[in-house]
Amino acid sequence: MATAEWTVRGIVRRMLPVLIVLTAIELGSGIILDTFEGTLLRYPTLLVLVPVTIGMAGNLGSILAARLSTALHLGLLSFDAADERLAGNAVATIALAVTVFPLVGAGAWLLQTVVGRTALPLGTVVAVALTSGVVLAVLAVAVTTITTYAAYRFELDPDDVVIPVVTNVCDVLGVLVLFGAVRVLVGG
Amino acid sequence: MTVREVAVEAYREALPVLALSAVGGLFAGVVLGGMDAELKRVAGLLVLVPALLATRGNVYGSLGARLGSALHQGLVDPTFSTDDERVNAAVAAALANGVLVSGVAAVLTVALLTALGRPAASLGTFVAIALTAGLISGVVLTVAVVSVVFVGYRRGLNPDTLAGPVVTTTGDVVGVATLLVATRLVLALGGG
Repeated sequence: MATAEWTVRGIVRRMLPVLIVLTAIELGSGIILDTFEGTLLRYPTLLVLVPVTIGMAGNLGSILAARLSTALHLGLLSFDAADERLAGNAVATIALAVTVFPLVGAGAWLLQTVVGRTALPLGTVVAVALTSGVVLAVLAVAVTTITTYAAYRFELDPDDVVIPVVTNVCDVLGVLVLFGAVRVLVGG
Repeated sequence: MTVREVAVEAYREALPVLALSAVGGLFAGVVLGGMDAELKRVAGLLVLVPALLATRGNVYGSLGARLGSALHQGLVDPTFSTDDERVNAAVAAALANGVLVSGVAAVLTVALLTALGRPAASLGTFVAIALTAGLISGVVLTVAVVSVVFVGYRRGLNPDTLAGPVVTTTGDVVGVATLLVATRLVLALGGG
């Protein structure tokens, strides 16, 4: 790494455009949140689920992306539904969602009960979290596989491209899926 | 390796990191859940939340990765010193990026809400909240990332695997908490 790259101006000039594009993408999920603000303010437990759902969706995607990128670099991955690494990582992503999301729902309900303002039953909050989690895990697998495949086809370094794209796309999907789950399980 | 072996290995590796970031995310959520009064007073504030949280992760995650790589390559001395020009440049650039992007997010939020004909607080209020939150969270996260990377490296831990989880866990909590502080401050000074 050359010394010239470590100036304030150099780092800002390289990163700022990417950051602004990512911010514009994230504002899309902000607008979705704004459309169901009424429901979120009526049931603050759902508001508690917002950062954690966004964060977990991004994490599931970025962990899978990092693993697939490394496997691709090492020549261990082929894009075939029968590929053990692809299938194994996909199964693990869904299993992780099924493990963590019900706990996240229960945790959100419990913390909100301690604060003293729970308006939704435990079962509903866990159902919203689990449904969002499973749908997000499936979407994260699809987005990550497609993005990694695209990076491979266009001969881009998956480490540079896949993780930022997957993390931020999964953030937006996190809000969309949470919105859908709330609509179906709690109502408008 | 069979599908089962790959799945078990991936599951075991990821579970602790995910559990840790779930705890961080839940605490961030509790702060957000307690912010309903501010969210009602500053129309459209919720639009900023995902963008501000992602910015914290993108900017300070990258600072951690940069410092980690530099330590591995021996470009930066493992004993932290405020005289190190590289470290100072990386920190100043991260703070500049964090604050600038927060300001851009505020302007874009007001423009987007106005274009969609939705209620939005004034541009001045949004920019003041975003810049204040960006600055305070930037200082807190810089201290967290720099200490974790340097202390971890000296104790023989790999800063690459350390910085990511630390930023994702603390980033959400610090991001939402500083947004709350900044909003209260701006409202107290007459914004809204």
